[in-house]
Amino acid sequence: MTSLDHSRTGTAVRILRFDGVQRAAHWANAVLFTVLIATAIPLYFGSFFGLVLPRHAVQLTHLWSGLALPVPVIASLVGPWGRRMRRDVRRFNYWTRDEIAWMRTLGRGGAAREKFNPGQKLNAVFVAASILVMLVSGSILQWFNYFSISQREGATFVHDSFAFLIVAAIVGHTYMALTHRDSLHSMIDGTVTEEWAAQHAPSWWREMKSGGADHS
Amino acid sequence: MTTSGDDYLPDEPRKAVGRRAFVGIVGLGALGVALGGRVQNLLSNAAGSSLGSILPFGDRFRIYSVSGNYPAISRRAYRLEVTGMVDRPMTFTLSDLQAMPATSYKKTFQCVTGWTVPDVEWRGVQLSHILNLVGVQPGAVALTFESYDGADGESLTIDQAHLPDVLVAYEMLGAPITREHGAPVRLSVPQMYGYKSLKWLSAIRVVDHVHLGYWELNGYPANGWLDGTTGPTNPNPGLA
Repeated sequence: MTSLDHSRTGTAVRILRFDGVQRAAHWANAVLFTVLIATAIPLYFGSFFGLVLPRHAVQLTHLWSGLALPVPVIASLVGPWGRRMRRDVRRFNYWTRDEIAWMRTLGRGGAAREKFNPGQKLNAVFVAASILVMLVSGSILQWFNYFSISQREGATFVHDSFAFLIVAAIVGHTYMALTHRDSLHSMIDGTVTEEWAAQHAPSWWREMKSGGADHS
Repeated sequence: MTTSGDDYLPDEPRKAVGRRAFVGIVGLGALGVALGGRVQNLLSNAAGSSLGSILPFGDRFRIYSVSGNYPAISRRAYRLEVTGMVDRPMTFTLSDLQAMPATSYKKTFQCVTGWTVPDVEWRGVQLSHILNLVGVQPGAVALTFESYDGADGESLTIDQAHLPDVLVAYEMLGAPITREHGAPVRLSVPQMYGYKSLKWLSAIRVVDHVHLGYWELNGYPANGWLDGTTGPTNPNPGLA
């Protein structure tokens, strides 16, 4: 029965949306992406920044941050501490008919009632896939000796193109976070109000109330 | 009641959209690598040159420097020293070089790591012209090139150095070479990958065997032919 995983802040009942493992993974990911983009800019626009920055140090920082990029996500998925994360990955994967309709009509039709709306699901999937793409294409660039010149050209193109897409996704993600304080709050202290859940994620809220899958 | 542990079992019909999107995005990346340069050229042509300068469509230089900085050498103070197994060791100023017969061409600049810049204009003196001035002695096998950055070095065999398109260049991209591209004078070895086109050229030494340069010591082939062959004039096939 219902011993909801919540705490009281003021009068609002708060529900756990992201546990500590998920938040740690999210923010570690955020730091790594920030470092990667910050070091990518002088590497990409080298003719300007190269005059003032120690290129070699920038390169090494980019390389090691890149290699570390998959670590937070993988670490948050494995082991007994990764149960909630694994469950959310399944949420990212499975879409209801309503959600597909919602996505197709960009929110005008269908309905988003789940813990994550289709936009959030797509963002999560895109980031996960991009990490893999960047890791592989970046590795080809780093250890190019093992690849044909055509593959190196392809990897350069893919690495650069995805970098642009990732920056666009992060800008959008950050904008949404800053304009949706409740969502941002849930990635900081882990919780949302019951009210928010009932309004934005009614299916999930009902699931929580009935001691569903997120009840742990 | 909770469902058992990890299981998040949807209670209404759902589709595995996330997995398909994941596979699709990763597939796009794999396709891009597999198609290689072709997809880049295709998009570059489609997008036109204005976009090409900012988007990753191909005609961008990535600037490398082995010493971590770009040496600043004034055009007036610049000297190119040519010594070693020569009859007349000489030192040239930039104006000396500019007064010699000039050679120009346009060529795709190709980096060994996989980026290219199409139609790069070069202008300079044929290296063979300079070698004729100093007089290469019999028994000389190779040239060692030194850079003002104090760290980089390159090599060419005497035969490679006499290829007509090997330049001691002072113009690139239709203007005097900029600092990050190796100002005021660099090599252009257009039949080889970019690392052979040493920047901030300070000295040429004529020697009796190939001294591997910075990039060669870090695993690049000593003969960096673009087509990946050992090349027509490669005296040391084992190195390539």
